[in-house]
Amino acid sequence: MRDPIATKVNEMQSSGIRKFFDIVSEMKDAISLGVGEPDFDTPWHIRDEGIYSLEKGRTFYTSNAGLKELRTEISKYLERTINTTYDPIKEVLVTVGGSEAIDLACRAMLNPGEEVIVPEPSYVSYVPCVVMAGGKPVILNLKAEDEFRLKPDDLEAAITPKTKILIMPFPNNPTGAIMEKEDLEKIAEVVIKHDLIVVSDEIYSELSYKEKHVSIASLPGMRERTVVINGFSKAFAMTGWRLGYACAPENICKQMTKLHQYCIMCAPTTSQYAAVEALKHGDQDVAEMREAYNQRRRFLMHEFRKMGLPCFEPYGAFYVFPDISEFGMTSDEFCTTLLKEKKVAVVPGTAFGACGEGFVRISYAYSIENLKVALERINEFLIDLRSRK
Amino acid sequence: MDKIETRKKILKAIEHEARVDLGELAIRLGLSEAEVANEMSEMEKEGVICGYLTLVDWDRTDSQTVTALIEVRCTPQRGQGFDTIAERIYKYPEVNSVYLISGGFDLMVTLEGKTLKEIATFVTDKLSTQESILSCATHFILRRYKDHGTILAKKYEDERQLITP
Repeated sequence: MRDPIATKVNEMQSSGIRKFFDIVSEMKDAISLGVGEPDFDTPWHIRDEGIYSLEKGRTFYTSNAGLKELRTEISKYLERTINTTYDPIKEVLVTVGGSEAIDLACRAMLNPGEEVIVPEPSYVSYVPCVVMAGGKPVILNLKAEDEFRLKPDDLEAAITPKTKILIMPFPNNPTGAIMEKEDLEKIAEVVIKHDLIVVSDEIYSELSYKEKHVSIASLPGMRERTVVINGFSKAFAMTGWRLGYACAPENICKQMTKLHQYCIMCAPTTSQYAAVEALKHGDQDVAEMREAYNQRRRFLMHEFRKMGLPCFEPYGAFYVFPDISEFGMTSDEFCTTLLKEKKVAVVPGTAFGACGEGFVRISYAYSIENLKVALERINEFLIDLRSRK
Repeated sequence: MDKIETRKKILKAIEHEARVDLGELAIRLGLSEAEVANEMSEMEKEGVICGYLTLVDWDRTDSQTVTALIEVRCTPQRGQGFDTIAERIYKYPEVNSVYLISGGFDLMVTLEGKTLKEIATFVTDKLSTQESILSCATHFILRRYKDHGTILAKKYEDERQLITP
């Protein structure tokens, strides 16, 4: 029989996380610090609104771009959080998670062979989305000594005449790195000089622990060349609702909506009603969750310092990205050994790009009690490793 | 962080974790341990922090006692309002809490961890006989689902996938 699979898909690697997941799931009593989603339940008033919408029989499609009421709330939310105004009718598209928005942005804008700069380590889906859209991913390695921030010189060096898009994955999964206003200004300068488009994945924007998150779209001259992607998963602990959005100038948003219309039709209606409630009355919930994460972050950093594990202080998302290179193991070996010997699951840095080698991602979307148990085991593990040397 | 903000953060944290280690709390809040200890002892002196209690689910022990909520209607006294009668009630050691309430009655009195007989005696002998008390309605708690912001009915289980991107 002929090979039913497309060559492009055959060549696509399955996520490094998937491989590790299979090992972990066989181990019954493992403690995991490997989760990339909040440990909080969606706040009850938001869930209640979803339930209410079902009771009312709101079980139909919404318009392609999403409920008008939701798009209006998104527009107001972005105005109060990133000081950028989007027309709710023409410039906001509600999607199935931020992931769909990334895919749509790539497919709406890329011609065959056009290059997309993807800073790594970063979320696993940028490269496959670019490839499937016919573009060519150009990996830009972020460095630990820069606290994994994107530097203008490195960006400049990665640009070719074919470069069209820059992906901006900040606050970053897996490193926890952020880009502050001064960092962004330098990037914006290069972007404008080379006439690039930015796809800014700001899904962790509410989880910024230094200053309030700044969007590159809010800088002068950037709004017209930026697609802002965000969603409800991380800010409101709504991962399972699968709801995100993209905001972009009308000409881009219109084409993304066209694609969305053919492959998705519209985002889940129940989730959209719940999301309206989240944006109207959820600011306090977000603030409380952010405070809880921040306390865990400080606690974790303190413990790692005590263990002598080198780690830059991350100011975003809910991950720390310590350097484990002193143990002379690959990230994969380190994680597998830690899992086998101490039954703690963390994710190898290489799952997020080759330059994640020598690092592991540790999530603090867990209660302090859980973190303490896991850290105790990690500490024993490090002592064991050092004594073996 | 200013003083008000610092205090708010300390209170929010210890409201649910009275036993938290001060050193750990200081790390989590990004403060020094001395700062946390000072603020706490100041707040204890000012009566902002009134005590460090333990939340007990007595239903999980072999205790046979019950908790009663008593709605009390009474006549306020000139110049004193409800203060005098409230004081007469809260001085009984068996009383756990006394609140002045808006609505259909005046005081809400709770008695915790008592036998049915003890509560009956208290209501008939001590409460109803007070001159300014017009009526009492006693309710017994059958089951505590949630108390002090903590769900007692069900234990938290992490149902997330072990590893996700």
